[in-house]
Amino acid sequence: MKASRYTAAHQSITFSRRMMLVGGAQAALGGALIARLGYLSIAQNEHYQLLSESNRVQLIIVPPRRGWIVDRAGKPIAINRSDFRVDIIPEQLERPTQTLRTLTQSLKLTPDDVDRIIKEIKASRGYQPVQVAENVPYEEYAAVTVRLPEMPGVQPMRGFSRFYPTGPAVGHLIGYVGAASAKEYEEEKNPLLVTPGFKIGKEGLEKTLEKNLRGQPGGQRVELTARGKLVRELEPKPDRSGQTIQLAIDAGLQDFAARRLGEESGACTVLDCQTGDILCMASMPAYDPNSFSDGIGQTEWSMLSEDERRPLVNKTLNALYPPGSTIKPMNSLALQGAGVDPDETVFCPGGYRLGNRFFRCLGRHGTVNMRRAIAKSCNTYFYAMGHRVGYDRIAEMARLTGLGQKFDLPVVSQSYGTVPDSAWKARKYKDNRRVVERPDWTASDTLNASIGQGFLILNPLQLAVMAARIASGRNVQPNLIGVHKKPAPLLGIPQEHLDTTRGGMWEVVNGDGTAGASRLQVPGVEMCGKTGTAQVRKIVGSQRGQSGDWKYRDHGLFVFFAPYENPRYAGSVVIEHGLGGARAAAPVAKDVLTYLFDQERAKASLAALEQQWGGTLLERTARRQTQVDVISKANLGRRA
Amino acid sequence: MMISSAIIPQPLARLPWRLIWLVALICTIGVVTLFSAAGGSWSPWALKQGITILAFSGMAIVISYIPERFVKSVTFPTYVVILVLLIIVEMVGFVGKGAQRWVDLGFIRLQPSEFMKPAVVLVLARFYDLLPASDVRRMRGLWPAALLVLIPWALILVQPDLGTATMVLVGGVTVMFVAGLPMWYFLTAAGALAAALPVVYTMMHDYQRKRVLIFLDPEADPLGAGYHITQSKIAIGSGGIWGKGYLNGSQSHLDYLPEGHTDFAFASFVEEWGLVGGVLLIIAFAMVVRWGMKVSQRARSRYSQLAAAGLSMTIFFYFAVNLMMVMGLAPVVGIPLPLVSYGGSAVMTIMICLGLLMGIERQSRTRSTLA
Repeated sequence: MKASRYTAAHQSITFSRRMMLVGGAQAALGGALIARLGYLSIAQNEHYQLLSESNRVQLIIVPPRRGWIVDRAGKPIAINRSDFRVDIIPEQLERPTQTLRTLTQSLKLTPDDVDRIIKEIKASRGYQPVQVAENVPYEEYAAVTVRLPEMPGVQPMRGFSRFYPTGPAVGHLIGYVGAASAKEYEEEKNPLLVTPGFKIGKEGLEKTLEKNLRGQPGGQRVELTARGKLVRELEPKPDRSGQTIQLAIDAGLQDFAARRLGEESGACTVLDCQTGDILCMASMPAYDPNSFSDGIGQTEWSMLSEDERRPLVNKTLNALYPPGSTIKPMNSLALQGAGVDPDETVFCPGGYRLGNRFFRCLGRHGTVNMRRAIAKSCNTYFYAMGHRVGYDRIAEMARLTGLGQKFDLPVVSQSYGTVPDSAWKARKYKDNRRVVERPDWTASDTLNASIGQGFLILNPLQLAVMAARIASGRNVQPNLIGVHKKPAPLLGIPQEHLDTTRGGMWEVVNGDGTAGASRLQVPGVEMCGKTGTAQVRKIVGSQRGQSGDWKYRDHGLFVFFAPYENPRYAGSVVIEHGLGGARAAAPVAKDVLTYLFDQERAKASLAALEQQWGGTLLERTARRQTQVDVISKANLGRRA
Repeated sequence: MMISSAIIPQPLARLPWRLIWLVALICTIGVVTLFSAAGGSWSPWALKQGITILAFSGMAIVISYIPERFVKSVTFPTYVVILVLLIIVEMVGFVGKGAQRWVDLGFIRLQPSEFMKPAVVLVLARFYDLLPASDVRRMRGLWPAALLVLIPWALILVQPDLGTATMVLVGGVTVMFVAGLPMWYFLTAAGALAAALPVVYTMMHDYQRKRVLIFLDPEADPLGAGYHITQSKIAIGSGGIWGKGYLNGSQSHLDYLPEGHTDFAFASFVEEWGLVGGVLLIIAFAMVVRWGMKVSQRARSRYSQLAAAGLSMTIFFYFAVNLMMVMGLAPVVGIPLPLVSYGGSAVMTIMICLGLLMGIERQSRTRSTLA
């Protein structure tokens, strides 16, 4: 059947039907639109409200004030000093070229600075400020402030910079702060790190205690347009300063010890021998953390790193020395523990024959018992006795007194050296044949180690801990943070053994021993100690390390405690290439201990010394800084 | 519906007042939104837009008095003139916004594609009006109509202006649909279109392709090209049920919402007036369209029936596409919200459509009373 003709009547019916379809489609789409609107504004409301708020409100970060570092008495070691700084808000900058020219003039910017500023302005987004200069002297700051109306976008501000009142005296201990590097920012992704003027700990305690010292950033909350233009300021979010951290350090003692080391290269460590609190940990020469925290120039850096006295190395922890005779008191405890009667004597004819080799002593001491051997630092006695008990017994005591140990301290790194024994040597022979030539422990190894030479190598802190453990008989652990009152538990060394050893150390200073010249001048207080003189290289011919090039001279070491009757303080002094312990190290120990009992007397003797050296530590540092500045300016000129 | 009162003069009383109130409401929302988008200021948009609306409203009233006979008689010539203008745009077109859309006549800048939206509807209505009913289901009922739609569609598409081209197509197809062309035409065309989409995609300009991709996944590039959709959704969604309050829209005032006074005016409005405001506006538009569809159903002549249906669809599609776009249901095709977004073109098109619809309505009423 053929389809019926399509007529006007059909047309009219189709029209109404199709109109209903169109209307229905429209209604459906309209309903969908309302449903979508409802979904966005009800179901998704919270989500979008959050996004809208984070669009609207931006935080201009105000760096928190870094926590102070104070000493055991609350005396400041690292504080914040208010300073002047100048930033640029790129968004508000109207005439960049002209503004930069004016700033270059009034702030004396170097071409390097200008390059950096231009680069940062180009990279910046919105309201993120760019640092022009910090630590601006007041006159320059004022010059910028006066011209502010013609330089929109320039923002002079008061900020804070880190200040270490005693400068180099705390350099190695505290470390320094600096602007975060690109790598540090990558790791943490915290916008605070790229805020101008914000510094993080780069070295020492500033670095290890960063988490506590940093604090919470606050900020000016502002309403910004999409293009970063400021609309209005909202109520600011307060910042929370970093925690104040109290150290076990005695700031006065630390400063005194650092200054007393003078022009020498060395370390002085003093512990509370009952609790283990580290009262001072001075390492000299040291960089000035104040100048490091402002950012350090190429010239200054290379001068420091090329200095043979290694001002960049913390010698209390990261330098290792053969301890020389300073370990003889520890040896004496080991010998007693191995059953040696302290009254047994050894005859010293000026050395000890082992097979066909003759091990020299420093003198002919005749008949010596244990106390005399310590007092006179008789090698022969310790050769003979060490050979008898074997070094493995001595190494045990060495470890018990803290030698070769790594301590639980908030420091960036510590070198812990070696306390050798037969097992160590066998292991070392496998790993590194350059250090040891044969796998078995020989008698001459024992002899060398018995007088603190050979494989034995230690850091000054370990020596101080050894002195403290011998002084108190307690298992003291060195503490850097906080003040501790509770004495450490006893080590379990028999009292008679300790008495003998301490008696020997008393004789060193107060009898006719090696450090008789360093007797304390404080009534009622006697220092006990042990000198040490360590060879830097093998004795060649008659040269004994007592002359010649500085860097081949013997190290001078001294370990000590005081008072003899009721020990409170113990420590070590190491003077690199100081020729001898009695000559270089013991006098420093004497003055440092004097400071603890009679500050006036100690300060007077220091003043006399500093006059010889050409001014106090800070004066000498400032003079050196001026020289560095002159040289680096000359270098810059040559580059440009 | 009519206001019958002795006090109000006859010609005034005869105006379709319900429609006028609806349009007035929508226009008020527009002006109020533009006032806020300018940060609470009459300049640069609100005042100008108010004047534009008043002027084109006057024009709409005037159009409504043009007799159907006359409209019919000028339909084809007008269509041809606009087509010629479109070709001129192609040839000597002015490059604006990276697309050729304007023809500068010296005293006025014309966008002929805007006129084509109602023109294509009228010309098809006229065509089916002339076509004998028996031919509607034959090929001669299809191909001339198809050409009448596709030629301007193609010209606008290459400008390139996908949004306007689509609107022209939808207006024309609606007329063809209600004119009674066989259903399978439309189903086949829809099927073919779906099959052709991948091909079309490869032919698109880079920026158009990007817009499509971003429509499918705006969060893929929230700071780049997806920024528009993302920020618009934030503005709408953050308004909640009651909105942030007038003049308190942070998205639009702080410029996070781009084009908050033109294409994304709806987002600006909803941010401040919330779901309640948005639904009110959608309902107002829906009622305008429903009024138009009723006019079509009541119209006496075939020409006016088809024309009214097509014109209503044009209005509907105009606002629906914009709303889908700002709410993330359609790609950003650059179609403003009529009567709300700043700009004269859309107002002009809508007012022409409304004027023609009012004319049809008036005549259906007059004739019915006379009959």
